[in-house]
Amino acid sequence: MNAITLNNITKTYNKGTVLAVDDVSFSVEKGEMFGLIGPDGAGKSSIFRMLTTLLLPDKGTATVGGYDVIKDFKAIRGILGYMPGKFSLYQDLTVEENLNFFATVFDTTIEENYDMIKDIYVQIEPFKDRRAGKLSGGMKQKLALCCALIHKPEVLFLDEPTTGVDVVSRKEFWEMLKRLKKQGITILVSTSYMDEATLCDRIGLILGGKVLSIASPSDTIKAYPEKLYGVKSANMYKLLNDLRSFKDTINCYTFGEYLHLSVTCTEDEVKKYLQEKGYDDVKFIEATPTVEDCFIRLLKEQNERNGNNNK
Amino acid sequence: MKQLLSFVKKEFYQVFRDPKTLVMLFGLPVVQIVLFGFALTNEIKNANIVVVDNAKDIASQQIINKIEGSKFFTVQKTLMNSSEIDAAFKSGKIKLAVVFPANFNQDLLHLNKSSIQVIADASDPNTATTLTNYITTIVSDYQSQLSQNSAMPYTIQPEVRMLYNPDLRGAPNFVPGVMAMVLLLVCVMMTSVSIVREKELGTMEILLVSPVKPLLVIVSKAIPYLILSCVNLAAILLLSVYALDLPIKGSIVLLVAESTILIMTSLSLGLLISTITSSQQSAMFASMLGMMLPTMLLSGYMFPIENMPIVLQVISNIVPAKWYYIIVKAVMLKGLGFASIWKETVILIGMTLVFLVIALRNFKIRLE
Amino acid sequence: MSETVITTNKLTKRFGDFVAVDEISFDVHKGEIFGFLGANGAGKTTAMRMLCGLSIPISGQATVAGFDVFTQPEEIKKNIGYMSQKFSLYEDLSVLENIEFYGGIYGLSNKEIKEKSKELTEKLGLYKEAKKLVRSLPLGWKQKLSFLVAIVHEPKIVFLDEPTGGVDPSMRREFWDLIYDAADKGITIFVTTHYLDEAEYCNRVTIMVDGKIEALDSPAGLREKFGVPTMDEVFYKLARAAKRSAD
Repeated sequence: MNAITLNNITKTYNKGTVLAVDDVSFSVEKGEMFGLIGPDGAGKSSIFRMLTTLLLPDKGTATVGGYDVIKDFKAIRGILGYMPGKFSLYQDLTVEENLNFFATVFDTTIEENYDMIKDIYVQIEPFKDRRAGKLSGGMKQKLALCCALIHKPEVLFLDEPTTGVDVVSRKEFWEMLKRLKKQGITILVSTSYMDEATLCDRIGLILGGKVLSIASPSDTIKAYPEKLYGVKSANMYKLLNDLRSFKDTINCYTFGEYLHLSVTCTEDEVKKYLQEKGYDDVKFIEATPTVEDCFIRLLKEQNERNGNNNK
Repeated sequence: MKQLLSFVKKEFYQVFRDPKTLVMLFGLPVVQIVLFGFALTNEIKNANIVVVDNAKDIASQQIINKIEGSKFFTVQKTLMNSSEIDAAFKSGKIKLAVVFPANFNQDLLHLNKSSIQVIADASDPNTATTLTNYITTIVSDYQSQLSQNSAMPYTIQPEVRMLYNPDLRGAPNFVPGVMAMVLLLVCVMMTSVSIVREKELGTMEILLVSPVKPLLVIVSKAIPYLILSCVNLAAILLLSVYALDLPIKGSIVLLVAESTILIMTSLSLGLLISTITSSQQSAMFASMLGMMLPTMLLSGYMFPIENMPIVLQVISNIVPAKWYYIIVKAVMLKGLGFASIWKETVILIGMTLVFLVIALRNFKIRLE
Repeated sequence: MSETVITTNKLTKRFGDFVAVDEISFDVHKGEIFGFLGANGAGKTTAMRMLCGLSIPISGQATVAGFDVFTQPEEIKKNIGYMSQKFSLYEDLSVLENIEFYGGIYGLSNKEIKEKSKELTEKLGLYKEAKKLVRSLPLGWKQKLSFLVAIVHEPKIVFLDEPTGGVDPSMRREFWDLIYDAADKGITIFVTTHYLDEAEYCNRVTIMVDGKIEALDSPAGLREKFGVPTMDEVFYKLARAAKRSAD
């Protein structure tokens, strides 16, 4: 039995004028860590809210832990852990008070499931008497995770847990998630940071309410259709413009140190073109596509499909 | 200069595009002018009074005709004895009684002087003074009329008795009003804002998703304010009795019980407001509009309800403060018991139940 | 040697006992894209505020566009542009009204405002949308528009405070296209970001830790110095050691 299933889920807002989730179907196996990757407004939070029974879908069906999200919502609410987008903790309560409160809300105590959260809690334990509002972003996030885990949920929903948090804390957070996975909890996590995608078992790329691809990170990357080059020179901006105006370029965009380029011709033909343009210091490497490259590719395809409708 | 113009232009755009601001800018002044211009007035019209004519002679008839003719009074002629008159005052049915002694005219003819008893309900000292003045003016007019046609002056002495508040102090009038305001303010606004704050901050989401029953969430919100309001109530009563020298004539237990009912009414109104607003700002706005203004203007403590146009009188029936005000005056000032105020109590309890039912029905177990 | 538009020398800001910015010194050249990185609480925002004329330093010296931050903050404000993620445009005003407003603030003539409006809307491909309220635009468009409005008066320097949160990778790149374009025209860009790949788009980058500047070089130079392949790792090495971000 799959831990989470979605079948043709659609959601609109504002009396049907805003299409937030467009016919989405996928499933998550028990014990899997599934990442929903996409930018703001892609539909991630709406999907989360439907799965946690906070919103009703317009169309389609979904189950969590085998229970239907519409009919059996009470049962689902007993087995899930949820960390919504904004850090939803009581700012005026201390760390310990927050934890106690959420334990009671789920009819348990801190001691009962302490081993679940021990790894994480020890990091914030020194601050247990500090008000939640005065914690740093990284600390709040750890506390929120503890509160979501305190009742030993079967399925954990984390909606953009690392947004707005510094790089170091983000890395630590994902380490914690990996350890949690070992305990057999199914985790559905959303993020807009593409680099975090590689840490999941499978990822779904979502944009404009549609899921564009579902596969393991490595399979997603393998599916990249063309060869991808990294190109750089002293004047990157000029290079970018020149490559974009090259007739055989499929796509060219900035990607950190190098530009990423995909072309319909050979590498030598590109080099020839650049030489003609007066470049003498161009460096070419073969680039391994990342999740971000895949995303950009899918975006381009979608734009081309929609023609002028997409802005 | 150009900068100033840019800013001014932007401000205008923002003002006209925000419905709440527009309501405040245009709606509120219009409502206020209409209310204060036409409806809310300290002028008395059609006050219920009784006239006890023990004399039944020409003089009394003439004075009574004048009283009947004036627009200030709705006169009921009756032959109540003094205890019946007392009861009528206690029940709030009359605001003033004029009693003519049996030998009114005779005394005038033979002694050139007589007296009239004027008894007024001074729990609202302003009304009492005004009404009494009307009567004494009418009487002194008659007195001058008589004196014109005769060599010797006539004297008709009005013996004025102010019931419940002989010193005509303001406190007996405003303290009940203030009690209503304070209890309502704390409960309605604070409860609604506190619930809406959870919605705004996002903590409500987690609670909804948990096994916790919505009823529990609501009750837990109401209890701290219930307790705080009881403390407030105690403070106000203590201050009234000891600092303002306003004794509680009736049963304190009854007063506290009735006040607790009002607290429940306001808590349920606060809950109701929280289910229909989504931001703390609108919750406060709704509390002001739905609670403070009607309480101040339509509860009867600043402006007598009887003097308002029928429309407002009808509307005032759904203002909880109106019923509470009647109850408190009856118990605190007139020393009445439950038998006199059971009707008002039932109405308050009814309102509480209605608000609660609607609030619970509206309380969403999902986000939309 | 290109013109220096920002100079700082041991610039410091203290709040009571807490030293938010600790004697930072650096220069920024005209047309440079200068990246300012650091964890939350490292002092980036405070430093930027001082350079924008919004906060007076305790000690040290600094000039922005040739004006002294201590004695001429008002002159500085006239010569810079500013955009942050939290706020930039008025949501209940239309695109055109926003351009008009900011144009007016910076003293552009009506003719200039008209020209700029045409230029901006064409650049972004907004025609019908120009009269619509900003609220109705998708996030990516708001961001790009905010940036263009921030430079509507063609300032010498524009300060961008975490400008690209939350949008898809394509949109982010379109945003940076605009930045490149502006830098090409000679506008100096001072940008803070927590996307480390964006650090690569900068000519030079500084990394602030606990109020001090711990690194200042081109991205390639930093990668070489720390012996790591990405800016991510450079940052990680430095930020790990920080005391302040930890709680």
